[in-house]
Amino acid sequence: MDRLLNALTVLSGLLVLFVLASVRRAHIRVEYSVSWLLAAAALLILSRSRGLLEAAAHKLGLSDPPLALLLIVGCVFLLMFYRYSVILSKLRDDNIALAQRLAILEFHLQTLRDGQPHG
Amino acid sequence: MTTPTPASSDSLLIIVPAYNEEAAVGGVVRAIQAAMPGTAVLVIDDCSTDATQAVAREAGARVLPLPHHLGLGGCVQAGYKLAFELGYGYVIRVDGDGQHDARDIPRVFEALRTSGCEMVIGSRFLNGNGSSPGAVRGLGIRFFRMVLRPILGQRVHDPTSGFVGVNRNALQVFSKSFPLEYPEIEALVVLQRKRFRFLEIPCRMQPRTTGRSSITASRSIYYIVHVLLGVFVNVLKFDQRPRRPGRRSSKPGKS
Repeated sequence: MDRLLNALTVLSGLLVLFVLASVRRAHIRVEYSVSWLLAAAALLILSRSRGLLEAAAHKLGLSDPPLALLLIVGCVFLLMFYRYSVILSKLRDDNIALAQRLAILEFHLQTLRDGQPHG
Repeated sequence: MTTPTPASSDSLLIIVPAYNEEAAVGGVVRAIQAAMPGTAVLVIDDCSTDATQAVAREAGARVLPLPHHLGLGGCVQAGYKLAFELGYGYVIRVDGDGQHDARDIPRVFEALRTSGCEMVIGSRFLNGNGSSPGAVRGLGIRFFRMVLRPILGQRVHDPTSGFVGVNRNALQVFSKSFPLEYPEIEALVVLQRKRFRFLEIPCRMQPRTTGRSSITASRSIYYIVHVLLGVFVNVLKFDQRPRRPGRRSSKPGKS
């Protein structure tokens, strides 16, 4: 169990560093890095505090604390994927609306340039 | 060049969504102009990588150039938005691959003007006019006929037809909300949930002479799942609306 928890500690530490480096290089915007950093911090805390983990496992009715940790991690990442699906969908809708608006404006501009009646 | 001049309440715009259709789109535009002289033709170019835009302009159409590839729904909706802004009363969509027979456009327009229906569908299968869509696609069409029958409250023979005319009421709805991928079936549900009516009239379909259909046999499963989900989402979305008393009836299959 200790080896697994140590591995999770290292993994969450690397995740924090990786996300911070990505923010620094502007690969991720700050507002989208928050959920990754929170998830990594939660993972770090749970993997380092055995009492908290055992309490969580007890609450979840699981005899194995690392299993509880994996379950929590899985749920957190599922929620994050859902959140990003919502964000992606909105971005796609906005992107399509903008592309259509741009095309329509270009059409109007071309019509004005051509000196044709259009509306 | 024919310009989409705006438009009195009975003005018609013919939109032609096209993606890499340089081989067919010129013929489509000329056929439309021969069938409906003086009518505005707008080719919506879905960011083609070939000479679709140039060929369409050369043939006498105006072109709405999308800055990047949106897919069929986004492409058609751009045309609906422009038509609505310009004040057109009717829009008929004809695909850029040349499969729709432009000689049927006057009958679709006439049905739009006289039937009072918000949408008129050019159907390949009414009166058994002999079009065969292929085994897999035919199976999909039969499946969606079954699914749509109870939702629409009437039979629809050709739910995947892209040869569709709409009036200004439908144009207003579609310019705000239109399915983005495989839009034909979902669009029917959107209209029905708004208590709009549709009518099918028999039309001819010509074999595709250039290019390939985007819906291959292997993509058919994805198509069915995607459209089915879209249909049920639309049913759930619009079921929140209060029902109007005295639902209007439609006249299926009347040409």
